[in-house]
Amino acid sequence: MTSFLEYLGQSTRISFTKLGRASYFLVQILAGLLSLITRPRLLLKQLYSVGVLSFLIITISGLFVGMVLSLQGYYTLSDFGAEETLGVMVAASLVRELGPVVSGLLFAGRAGSALTAEIGLMKATEQLSGMEMMAVDPIRRIITPRFLAGLISMPLLAALFSAVGIIGGQMVGCGLLGVDEGAFWSQMQAGIDFRDDIINGVIKSLVFGFVSSWIALFEGYDAIPTSEGVSRATTRTVVNSAFSILGLDFILTALMFGEH
Amino acid sequence: MQHTSTQDTLVGLFVASGILGLFFLAMQVSNLSSFVNEDSYTITARFENSGGLKVKSPVSAAGVKIGRVTAISFDPKTYESVVKMSINSKYNTIPDDTTASIFTAGLLGEQYVNLDAGGSDTPLKNNGKIEITQSAIILEKALGQFLFKSAAEDKK
Repeated sequence: MTSFLEYLGQSTRISFTKLGRASYFLVQILAGLLSLITRPRLLLKQLYSVGVLSFLIITISGLFVGMVLSLQGYYTLSDFGAEETLGVMVAASLVRELGPVVSGLLFAGRAGSALTAEIGLMKATEQLSGMEMMAVDPIRRIITPRFLAGLISMPLLAALFSAVGIIGGQMVGCGLLGVDEGAFWSQMQAGIDFRDDIINGVIKSLVFGFVSSWIALFEGYDAIPTSEGVSRATTRTVVNSAFSILGLDFILTALMFGEH
Repeated sequence: MQHTSTQDTLVGLFVASGILGLFFLAMQVSNLSSFVNEDSYTITARFENSGGLKVKSPVSAAGVKIGRVTAISFDPKTYESVVKMSINSKYNTIPDDTTASIFTAGLLGEQYVNLDAGGSDTPLKNNGKIEITQSAIILEKALGQFLFKSAAEDKK
């Protein structure tokens, strides 16, 4: 019994210590952001590995998610004779929820895990301490560009996901199921508001980009410098990012779409 | 860093396609395009009951959408619902004796304001008031009345 309490107390203390380290780490990243202006090339390289390499998985998943939404929505809506509202249904669910959330989860799996593994391995092979020896701040040189690249890429990827998904939904809805194309678009335009839906979706994806890049970079930076430690850190990145994205999504949705 | 320039191009393409996606969402998916360069004027109507009318509900005349509801408030003195509507400036010849009524699109559809033009020669101006209004039909009320009426007839 005492050992159980001891274990409980210790693990609580450890997780709070970790949260404290993560917060300090975030402050350090943000402090390095300004110095990045003088070195845009570092950012560009990370935009490539974080954003461009995630492009394909995001667009293809978006296409299929949109197509499935259209197919499933059609069968339910046709029971009520409301097939024309398929456009609103597909667009609203993509722009408000699925776009930011699914692309955030994919981003955490595709880019976040790669970031953690990369930085964890840098730490394991003592590249980070090597940099410190040469008086190069590894946070400014390595971490901050990756963080900013994640923050920039996420809204773009989420917008792409939604846009491609809507096109996929239109292809299935109008091409395969025979929904009128004019009604599909006009109902969508009448039902989707720029400020309420699209801007809120962009804000969501910014928050998810922030959180998942932060988690991925911190887990890598904080990893135990062994091959097992790096593998555990990578797993934790994906799990923690998924939890944070889904939990934050609930909070953000309650805040944004509460009053209607 | 041998492939720097292709990498740069790919990053550029990625950012451009992301912005294009956002632009597509803004213009094609949302109602933003219908707001661009839209001059409008405001008119007010008082209804005994505005039913399920909401802000942004359409205002139409002869079945054509000419504006939207911008604000709905309750007047504590007259116990009426004050509905503000913004009408596209293209349609500036609506007579001042126009009737405003709240209709429902379809049986269960959303409610909208319908303007029936009157015969007056003076048009409504900005911040003008519509005097003749007809309240929303509350389905429960109408059903209740119908049921009472048929029950009363059964007794006879």
